[in-house]
Parts: sequence; C-alpha cells; structure tokens
Amino acid sequence: MDETHHFRNVVLLWLLATVIVTPIVVFVIGPGLPPGNGSVEASGQVTDNTVLLATATPVALAVLVYMAYALVAFRERTPEVVVDGPGIRGNASVQFWWLVVTTVLVLFLAGYGTVRLLADGSGGGQGPNPIAIPSAPGGGKPLVVQVIAQQWQFNYRFPGYSGVETRAIELPENTLVKFNVTSLDVIHSFWAYELGVKADANPGVNNVAYVTTKGPLTFHVRCAELCGLWHGYMFNQGKVVPKAQFALWIAQQQQQFAPATKNLPPYSKTYFPAPLRRGG
Amino acid sequence: MSGSAKRALGATVVALIVCVAIALYIGLYLVNVPGSVAAVQTVSGPQLYLATVATAEQSDPHNTWVSYYAVDANSGDWRHDTTYELPANTLVHVTIYQYDTSTGLRNPFFSQPTGTVGPVLIDGKPVQVVDPTTPAHTFAIPQIGLSIPLEGAASTAKNLCTQAPCSLSQAHHTVSFTFRTPGKGLYRWQCFVPCGAGFIQGNGGPMQTVGYMGGFIKVV
Repeated sequence: MDETHHFRNVVLLWLLATVIVTPIVVFVIGPGLPPGNGSVEASGQVTDNTVLLATATPVALAVLVYMAYALVAFRERTPEVVVDGPGIRGNASVQFWWLVVTTVLVLFLAGYGTVRLLADGSGGGQGPNPIAIPSAPGGGKPLVVQVIAQQWQFNYRFPGYSGVETRAIELPENTLVKFNVTSLDVIHSFWAYELGVKADANPGVNNVAYVTTKGPLTFHVRCAELCGLWHGYMFNQGKVVPKAQFALWIAQQQQQFAPATKNLPPYSKTYFPAPLRRGG
Repeated sequence: MSGSAKRALGATVVALIVCVAIALYIGLYLVNVPGSVAAVQTVSGPQLYLATVATAEQSDPHNTWVSYYAVDANSGDWRHDTTYELPANTLVHVTIYQYDTSTGLRNPFFSQPTGTVGPVLIDGKPVQVVDPTTPAHTFAIPQIGLSIPLEGAASTAKNLCTQAPCSLSQAHHTVSFTFRTPGKGLYRWQCFVPCGAGFIQGNGGPMQTVGYMGGFIKVV
C-alpha cells in the first residue's frame, strides 16, 4: 500500500471517529461536566468546558487514530527478518496544515474565552474594579455580600442589612449577587463550587465576583489557597433559598448577631491594615 | 571464614541494623499521636477544665509560646494536651482559666459568644458580648458554631502568671459555659485571636502548631 492510501485511510478513520465521538462529548458528557448548573455563571462554565472538550476532541482523535493505525498497519509481520524502515522525510504540506489548523483552534479558543469572560466575568474574581458586570434578573441592584476570610473561617457581611456579619451564608434565588471578597490576614480563596464562583481573598484588596443564582440549592464553600494549619478545615455549606425564606433568615441573623454587629467597624470594602496593628 | 566472607557478613549485619532502625523510626512516628484529655464526670455531666497562659512551661520545647493547657480538677495539675475526648450528643460543661493579657480580636464578630446552651459566665457574671479589644484568646469549634471570647487579665495586675503552670491565686478570668457535643467524629478547635506574638500578623508559631492554640475535640 502506498503512502497516499495510508493517508487516505487515516483521514477516513479520523473523520468516522470524530463524527461518532464528538456528539457523544457534546450531548452525553458535556452536560455532566463541572461545576454543574447551580447558577447562570456555573451553567456558562459547563458550556465553556463542553466547547473546549468538543474542540479538543478531533485533535486528540487525530493523534489516537494515527497511533492505532500505525500499530496495525506498520507492524513488522515477519519479525525474524528485522530491517530498518525507510528514512523519515519531512512533509511540508502536512506540517503547514497542522500549524494552520492548530493555530486557528488556539486563536478561536482565545477569542471565545475572552468574549465569554467579558460577558459576565464567568464567576471569577475581577479585582476591585470589575468590567464584566452581568445584569440583574428583572433589573435592579445586586445583593452585596462581603466575604471575609481569615485563618481559618469564612464570614459573610451583608451591608444592605444593617451590616450584619454571619458565619453561614444563604442567598435568594434568581438574584444577582456581588461578592466583595477580602481577607484579614493571609491569602485565601473563596471557592463556592456549585455556584461557579472562585475569587482570591487578599488582605487589603476588594476582589469582586458576580454570580446570578438560580433555584434552591446547597453549595459548598472551600478555601482554595493553602493558608496554614487548618486550611483543610476551612469550609462550610451555603444555601440558595426562595426570596421569602432568605428574608426570614437574614432577619433572624440580624437579631441573633445584634450584639456583635454593634462592635463591628463601619462597613468597608477592606479592613486593612487596622486589624494588622492588633496582631502579633 | 575467609576475609571476603567476613566482610559480607559484616555488611549484612550493618544493613540489617540500618533497616531495623529505619523501621523503628517510621513505626514510632506513625504511632506517636498527641495525647488526649477526657472530660471529668460530675453529677451535672462531663466537665472540662482548661487554661490559657502567656508562655508554656520552662521545659517545653517552645517555652516562649502562648498555649492552652488541660487542668486536672482534683490535683490542679496542668497537662499540655489540646486534644479533648468528649461523649457524643451530650451537654459538656467547660471552665477556662484565662491567665494571659489582652491582644484584641482581629475580627470583632468573635466578641459575641455563640453556640452555647445557656449563658456564658465570666467570673460568674453572664455576658452577651465583650469589648473586642479585651480578649486574649477565643475557644472556638467552627464546625458547630461554638465561639467563646476569653477576656484578658489586666496587664496592670501585680500577680500576673507569665509561665505555666499557674495557680488560681494569680490574676485570671474564669470563663464557664456549656455546649452540646455533636455526633461522633474529630472536630478541630482553634483560637481566633492573632496571639502568636513575635510572628508575622500573630498567626504563626503557636497558632500554626497543634498542641498550643489549637487542637481537636475527639467526640466518642
């Protein structure tokens, strides 16, 4: 069999594998990709992960199909007569198209990622001056929740509710939430997995992340930045609840933590370096 | 026995000794778990006595570090253990003798005691909240929402205890409270005051080492 036939065979096999596997990736594997559909941003991340995987699938299949084909077609059938194969020559056409195709793919992914990030921030921390601000469902202002990280616990402050600080977090459903993430000591990372939110908590910095909640949900919060002895214990659970239930919960928190609230400093986007002066 | 046989035997013996030593080292490391202190059984239920002091005892490897201790209610002896064994789903009474002076809370949120059953008493008086500049330490089990601020002894007191063990005749506050233990498991507890003096932001040294300002609640 000459080289042209080998090339044609590999291409046909690759096309067949791509036609079969790519829809499986998009329609079967894709919907189950992390982080799930707990928020608008999390759903967007599922879509992004599906696009990435679907784009990478034909490339991976090209490698795998060629490898499998080579194992079968180019194996030595008479091992007692081992002779060296023909010398490897470059193929300018293959190299050219390989470069063109992979360059187009990478540029497409870069453009796609940039557009998606600019659309709503994709749940990531955007620093103190965010530029990708999603619109709130039904208009209106976002619910501001300050995430205060310290060794080794996350606390949450609600400036719209008399500045009450809580150790638990509940959020109303179908609401745009603006997380102002900061730290009182070292670098932590606020990772609300099912919500698709991940934002570093830096001392003296307000790192803003947006999320638009969907229906009722229990989500897990973990610190995603190694922060010391009890880093592994720095986690808690949060809930997305109906709006009426959130109103009851926040009122209860205001009542329960009223004594501590009186002791809190005025709401600020950072609490640094004043707390530092008391340390050590 | 020939010379080469003797050398081979010697090498074998040395290799065996080295292997045994390595096995012993690893084995002892694996079985070397921190000691634990069980609550004392009283007519009103399990009772845990603890103490905090500015520096551990002179013989401690870190005798300049602030530390928690367990106190034997009968003998008054202090034990340098921070793993406490408590029965599950039970009301446990805790008394903490607080000998250290104030550092202040980094986050004033912790000035309000939470997670207790009944009031928190400081020197016999119930408190709802403390001045956030006065705590020397806190005793907190975040997983169950327990957080108790421990007010510091007056720095002007003449009989301050600066090194463990201390006596009740020395300046201190007595903080007592009751909480319900959760189900069986291992829960961490910690101090939320940046009290590691001499370390960056006060959160190094004793704050980062089990056995000083943090440990475990072993619920059995």
